[in-house]
Amino acid sequence: MEKINTILEFNKTCVSYTQQTMAVKYVTAQIEKNSITSIMGPSGCGKSTLLRAVNLMHKLYPNIRVEGEILLNGENILSMNPIEVRRNIGMVFQRPTPFPTMSIKENILSGFTLNSIRLDKYQKEEIVEQTLKSVSLWEEVKDVLNKKGTFLSGGQQQRLCIARALALKPQILLMDEPTSALDPIATKHIEDLLIELQKDVTILIVTHNMGQAKRISKHSMFMYLGEMVEYDLTENMFTNPKDERTKAYLTGQMG
Amino acid sequence: MKSNLNIKQRFFKDRSIFVIVCVFSLLSSIPLIAILGEVFVKGISQFSLSFFTLPTPTAYKVLKAVEQGLPIPGGIANGIIGSMIMLLIASAVAIPLGILCGAYIADNSKQRFAKFVSYLTDLLQGTPSVIIGIITYIWIVIPMKTYSALAGSIALCIMMLPLIIRSTEETLRILPSSLKEAGLALGANKAKLMLKVQLPSAFGGIFTGILLAISRVIGETAPLMFTALGCSFIRLSLDKPISAVPLLIWEFFNDPYQQELIWGASLFLLTFVLTLNLLSKYLTRKWKK
Repeated sequence: MEKINTILEFNKTCVSYTQQTMAVKYVTAQIEKNSITSIMGPSGCGKSTLLRAVNLMHKLYPNIRVEGEILLNGENILSMNPIEVRRNIGMVFQRPTPFPTMSIKENILSGFTLNSIRLDKYQKEEIVEQTLKSVSLWEEVKDVLNKKGTFLSGGQQQRLCIARALALKPQILLMDEPTSALDPIATKHIEDLLIELQKDVTILIVTHNMGQAKRISKHSMFMYLGEMVEYDLTENMFTNPKDERTKAYLTGQMG
Repeated sequence: MKSNLNIKQRFFKDRSIFVIVCVFSLLSSIPLIAILGEVFVKGISQFSLSFFTLPTPTAYKVLKAVEQGLPIPGGIANGIIGSMIMLLIASAVAIPLGILCGAYIADNSKQRFAKFVSYLTDLLQGTPSVIIGIITYIWIVIPMKTYSALAGSIALCIMMLPLIIRSTEETLRILPSSLKEAGLALGANKAKLMLKVQLPSAFGGIFTGILLAISRVIGETAPLMFTALGCSFIRLSLDKPISAVPLLIWEFFNDPYQQELIWGASLFLLTFVLTLNLLSKYLTRKWKK
């Protein structure tokens, strides 16, 4: 693979739920800064598990163990404080998760509230407007900022969640199948948005949808049964997969 | 042809079971309707302004009224005020304590201590109220050397605690885990997450639990007999015996001349409890939307 400007690096990363079985086996890969990298694979191949480990989400569940290293700018995040890691690495989930008791505005600012960061009124307004503009939601919601976030449509809610994660200016944005609960038009919106956002933030996205990986990502990773089978430029992988399993998956014979 | 008959048979079976179920549910609702009807018919005639504003009559006044063939004067204001005071104090302690405890159990359900506390809560919920009354008597009334509103409040508080803990815990537990993960993904710590995201989202269920806890203890008589004792005039101090509506019903029952007041007091209690129950049902439905 060509030389890249690395921001995140997996070094023999393993994740296991039980003593006997590993959900992710010795993944080693470098993620390029300010680009979109997608992780593909059939259900249960460990792609979400790997993604969640980057955000230390596994620490919620004491029986999950992560071994090896995950380096953010050369520093191993597995030994860092989860709160610090999560402020630098945002995450968007499969289903939109706006906080149901908060208004649109409060949802955007929730990252600051939850981290006890005080902002004055002017800063708040600026952050809300800027982040909503960056996910092209501003025009749609600027008059209803005080309404609950749950009143929005699914696609709008998901963009709100992206905005909420972006408000903290993370270096990396993790996305766990962010469009699988959305209709094709909302999906298109989000994809366009991600392509736009990659100049500011590195995006690591887990997707079920090969077409999506092909459309938006520069690099793609293919995982199968916890193993990283292939990791390459998306273009190379889709035109000329090196491994038989990748080929089988891409041609629809597996999955 | 045989399968056709089979369908008819199945249809018949289905209908007959439906009818049986209806009959039994009607039967089981008869006592409830009868109680409501009886209390309403006998109690409604006593509802007047003075019933809610005057304390219970003294024995002398009652005797005089009986002699002259007049309706018995007085009301249950002392009971209402006493009940409200004790309820207020009990809630002020039980609500924050119960919510915090429920939040702890819900958030650390795997910890041994949390399991232990959860088990104790079950035990406390199953404890007969008369035992809670006796315990409070030994703990509070004997050292203070007097029955008091404070002792009554503590007994009610102990009764409310498990109900609030359970409803908090259960509501928090059914919140989608995605909510918790979304909060943590933004860098929240557990305490912030609980205060800003989880508890507000669970507010509907917790509030319903509080209403049900209140409606449960407002009618409790046994724990108050050993603690609040009762008092025949309106009193606001916490270190003296105080009256309560269920206590009044018991007192009226023991006084041959005041039997009629039982019904007014009962209707008041029933209305109060029913209103709280209906309110909690309505709110649950509203918050679920």
